Amino acid sequence: MPSRTTGGTGPVATTKTAPTDPDSTATAGDEKEAGHLNSPLVLTLLLLTAVMFQDPIRGALSAPVMQSWMTVFVAVLVQALPFLVLGVLLSAAIAVFVPPSFFARALPRRPALAVPVAGAAGAVLPGCECASVPVAGALVRRGVTPAAALAFLLSAPAINPIVLTATAVAFPGDPEMVLARFVASLLVACAMGWLWHRLGRTDWLRTPARTPYDGQGKGAAFWGSVRHDVTHAGGFLVIGAMAAATLKAVVPAQWLVLAAGHPVLSVLALAVLAVLLSICSEADAFVAASLTQFSLTARLTFLVVGPMVDLKLFAMQAGTFGRAFALRFAPATLALAVVVSALTGTVLL
Amino acid sequence: MNRLAQSALLFLLGATLLHAGTTDLYLRYVKEGLRPLVLLAGAVLIATAAATLYYDRRAPAGGHHHEPRVSWLLTLPVLALILVAPPALGSYSASHTGTALTKPFGFPALPAGDGPLRLAVADYAGRAIYDKGRSLRDRDLRITGFVTLDRDGTPYLVRMGLNCCAADAQPVKIALTGDVPPVLRPDTWLEITGRYTPRRTRDPVNNGPVPYLEVTASRPVPPPHDPYDETWNT
Repeated sequence: MPSRTTGGTGPVATTKTAPTDPDSTATAGDEKEAGHLNSPLVLTLLLLTAVMFQDPIRGALSAPVMQSWMTVFVAVLVQALPFLVLGVLLSAAIAVFVPPSFFARALPRRPALAVPVAGAAGAVLPGCECASVPVAGALVRRGVTPAAALAFLLSAPAINPIVLTATAVAFPGDPEMVLARFVASLLVACAMGWLWHRLGRTDWLRTPARTPYDGQGKGAAFWGSVRHDVTHAGGFLVIGAMAAATLKAVVPAQWLVLAAGHPVLSVLALAVLAVLLSICSEADAFVAASLTQFSLTARLTFLVVGPMVDLKLFAMQAGTFGRAFALRFAPATLALAVVVSALTGTVLL
Repeated sequence: MNRLAQSALLFLLGATLLHAGTTDLYLRYVKEGLRPLVLLAGAVLIATAAATLYYDRRAPAGGHHHEPRVSWLLTLPVLALILVAPPALGSYSASHTGTALTKPFGFPALPAGDGPLRLAVADYAGRAIYDKGRSLRDRDLRITGFVTLDRDGTPYLVRMGLNCCAADAQPVKIALTGDVPPVLRPDTWLEITGRYTPRRTRDPVNNGPVPYLEVTASRPVPPPHDPYDETWNT
């Protein structure tokens, strides 16, 4: 009997390790680098422990607040992950298959002109803000001037056809809302691009560090880029989803009613709400439509701010471009978006 | 987290999305239309995991650069979906959010007939408030939703409406009067038979209009296939 058990386990172990000989040297190097902490082992232990203690975990999470928190958290992720994956695939394709010379030819050489062109090009990326962050990162890596890539980052989630159609459906009585959203979003995106061109410093922007893919085949480079971006941006998406779920579960809706009556306060209140809620830009128009106690200008602010600055986006920008960048870029965008949408609302609505 | 652990995690995440997308689980979190995208994302994640293993085996990268620690957070959605699978938003969220009733585009004629007329919560509320119940009078109505009690115990029949995902879900509420069951537990799904009444009230949360329904009979029913109402404002 004992000989049978050793005979049973021994070959399995050898067949598993034998073909991965080069792999095991890599793991050995990793172990040396990370001390005795081996991440696959930690992951396995973590999952097994969670399964072992599933009953106490479920018990701790059964309060209604926690359940609602979890539902929103999971919902934001399940909804955003497909768009993140699409954006990551597109960004990997740009990084691997599109040569840098293409962008040099497609965009005007002068950054001041490249900004509006890139901003308007945002109209062709059908998706929400989770897709535009990795794509903008890939553009910067491919040598597109950061000012233009940032204009694209801000405009793409707000002015693409899917989002504009959703806006038209949500505001059937106010078709000028679609125009106002388009104009205000494009204006803010271009203004932020120009502002970055004038005032931005390259050391604020951490160009995404990564191993060069030049030595590898195209397939390895493509999938390597996808793996890196999903695990990286995905982690920051989790942070953003946790923040959004917390605020949705904690912030009471009553204070909105108080702010709705005041013209200036209502604009500011909805700008803050857009940042906190972190709703996907394809759905925010419907939420804005239901905030009927607010003026159209205030709701326009909600629609312009949301796709450009929100908690989940901030976490993802900090992950892709560095914290020093996100801490300067997001507040400036927020201020500009509020001013521009208030002005656009006054003129158009 | 090294590449082996990353591909394991990507595989788990992809498998979790496929599991949610192939069962009705995803309907608790996102709208039905996102299903192909959820399945596609799951497949791409699994393919990424497989490709990482494949290329690592063929040509292992020599130097190990620092991999982001933040990837560890991706274990949270996997655990949340596998271990807990939180329920669709219910009475807690409904009692903390104001009714999101907006004026409907029009009031299409309702089918005639003797039997009770099936109506969605939002349809009843819209007709009761914005059409003064013109098409609802003198008819038996049958409405399904879940029970929510507000702070002083007033019972509401609620359905959450959804545009994209549960983060933007908003309730539409009907207050109950008449032959209301004596014991009501929040989150119980009820099929209520009743009649229109012109009485109305205001939602304590956002001061939005809430119509009443005169209950004549009610019975508990299982939650519907899709817990959210996706039709109410599209």
